[in-house]
Amino acid sequence: MMAVLEAHPAHRLIGRKRLFSLAVPAVVLAYLLYVAVAFDIAGLAGRARWDNGAALLQDFWSYKIHVTRNNRTDGGIEASVEGMRNATFSTDNQPDWITVRPDGGREIALPQGNSVTFAGDGLVTLTTAEASYDIRPVSDGIETDIPNPPEGFSVSDKRFSADLPGGARLTVTRSRSEVFRRQPGWELFFFDLSSPFHGRSLTELVGLAVSGERLDPERSNIAGMARDFWRNSIWHHGDVAWAIFETILMAFLGTFGAGLISLPLAFMAASNFAPMRIVRQVFRRFFDFLRGVDALIWTIILSRAFGPGPLTGSLAMLLTETGTFGKLFSEALENIDEKPVEGLRSTGAGPLPRIRWAVIPQIAPVILSQLLYYLESNTRSATIIGAITGGGIGLLLMQAMQTQKDWEHVTYYIVLIVLMVIFMDWLSGRIRARLIRG
Amino acid sequence: MTSTDSSAAIAAAYRSQLSRRRSYSALLWAIFALLLISGFRLADKRNAGGFWEGLSQVFDYPSELIAEAAGKAGNLPGLIWSALPALVETLNIAAAATLTGAIGGGIMALLSTRGLAPWPRLVPLFRRLLDIARAVPELVIALVLIFVLGGGPVPAALAIGFHTVGALGKLFSEVAENASLKPVEGLESVGASWLQRVWFGIIPQVAPNWASYAMLRFEINIRASAILGFVGAGGIGYELRNAISWGQGRYDAAAAIFILLFATIVFFDQLTSMVREHLVRGQERGEAGGRI
Repeated sequence: MMAVLEAHPAHRLIGRKRLFSLAVPAVVLAYLLYVAVAFDIAGLAGRARWDNGAALLQDFWSYKIHVTRNNRTDGGIEASVEGMRNATFSTDNQPDWITVRPDGGREIALPQGNSVTFAGDGLVTLTTAEASYDIRPVSDGIETDIPNPPEGFSVSDKRFSADLPGGARLTVTRSRSEVFRRQPGWELFFFDLSSPFHGRSLTELVGLAVSGERLDPERSNIAGMARDFWRNSIWHHGDVAWAIFETILMAFLGTFGAGLISLPLAFMAASNFAPMRIVRQVFRRFFDFLRGVDALIWTIILSRAFGPGPLTGSLAMLLTETGTFGKLFSEALENIDEKPVEGLRSTGAGPLPRIRWAVIPQIAPVILSQLLYYLESNTRSATIIGAITGGGIGLLLMQAMQTQKDWEHVTYYIVLIVLMVIFMDWLSGRIRARLIRG
Repeated sequence: MTSTDSSAAIAAAYRSQLSRRRSYSALLWAIFALLLISGFRLADKRNAGGFWEGLSQVFDYPSELIAEAAGKAGNLPGLIWSALPALVETLNIAAAATLTGAIGGGIMALLSTRGLAPWPRLVPLFRRLLDIARAVPELVIALVLIFVLGGGPVPAALAIGFHTVGALGKLFSEVAENASLKPVEGLESVGASWLQRVWFGIIPQVAPNWASYAMLRFEINIRASAILGFVGAGGIGYELRNAISWGQGRYDAAAAIFILLFATIVFFDQLTSMVREHLVRGQERGEAGGRI
């Protein structure tokens, strides 16, 4: 009895399935272990630069104001955002935590009651809750007397630095004394320091926009605000908007250009339309070739001929997607209902009217929804191709990454890229629903 | 008389409707053509080199490359052999990202499918999370992670894996929505926990389609992993960038990597479409077997 049951094919099938369902997770696990070893996950922690990560996270939501005293030449003291030349505060418009001393130096208040004084003669005094430290830059280094430096201080005869609470930092060398103080937010996001609208509160701005005299006699305040925002010299909102537009343009040209080219070609690759088997095979292999070369290689090859820019990116995408669409469309053509074609043939219609009135209406919804679906995914590809070929928001992101300090710009671009892709997803979904319903 | 009148009226109304529809679609086509042409001209203007000048040079680089590589054809097998470890790394990045992404995507799909989710109120939250994961291009995460973790395969695998969670999670959840809930109800009636209900009631139903989507994603991820290599994440893309930067005189090295990459993509393109066809066919056969 048992033997009969064991031998029953159903039992063998179940046994095999049970083995299979145990083997698959085991194989997956074994593979992931192999990859963990091959990728040297264990050594990763040693190679990782966590300080980079911390700097990046801090810059995502805050920025530094540098107060710098030049110890070499004139002893001039300047306050600027992130040390940027075009974001230096004028003497009458300093942040309120900087006070000018009668001797030309500065009192700089820092978080948690700490403060730093730059005296007019160059002496730097750091005052914390516990003690006060004097550091004097001299011609061959610094002079200081701190026998037991507290944690976060680093003292040598060339350089003094102290990491203070609240992300503040003081460094003194013979060439410069510098204080960093962190502020939450993104600096000068709306208006840079050269704009008359900088530093005003929202209510003030609304008041200026609605009424109030013109700050710039040549244009109304609203136009002035839009202009200053658009031309912000730190954030370059105008250029960023162009870059986003360029990325979407690349995706649009690549997707719809490929759609237009591949539609007629797809007929040659569909078994029910190709005049000969060999023609079908040739076109199918041609599509495989276009897809196989991949946008990366097309980008490299085309940028030799066309140079970097959005055109190269869209042509690379166009070539790859012609391969993809050729395959998809020819499959759609192979699956059409032949009856309308026969009906038209019975009325004596030629091949072109047959295609126009019997085939296109059947495949149009499929084609449109594929094209719109790919428009969204190509927006993402265009970001990546832009980083390689030099166009659009991808390039801006890449450049901001390479400077390794403008992390707030990186965050800005990432947010914009994500919003752009979500917008394109939403847009293509809307158009798809509309066209296919109507 | 009246019937001819009304039918003539209907015919006239139909004709006017038809001509209105035709002029609408003509207008749509005109707008579309205008957008395409002006977009092309704009892209052409903002490109470093022009389209028409470049068109005559399109074949210069490939033909130089092929000519030089053909002249040094003897080197090619050796160069291809030496690029193989990089290729394996690229494939490993893609496979690890696809596997982890499919596991994560499966969990997220179950959490965001109505009728299956253990916390039905959080379904919209998990869906938004999937949308965000899908919207972030791999490049963005990869560049940030390369900065923190250093170059190499791990940032690329994490970046592609994260995106894969979003992409597969959505597709998986669409499949799971169409799964029959009867096995789940049966398991629930005997007191099975949520995990048991999903594992024995849902996974067997959705496994073939999930596997098919994961295969498709694997093929996409190979391309993504090659591109990320190009921006510094290791693998064949990195080798490719080095090889093309050597320029003339070392075109054989670039050609070897082009050949290898092309062959790999075509191979996996064909393989995945074969396996997917098999998976979907096997499912139909399985259903027929179930009825017997």
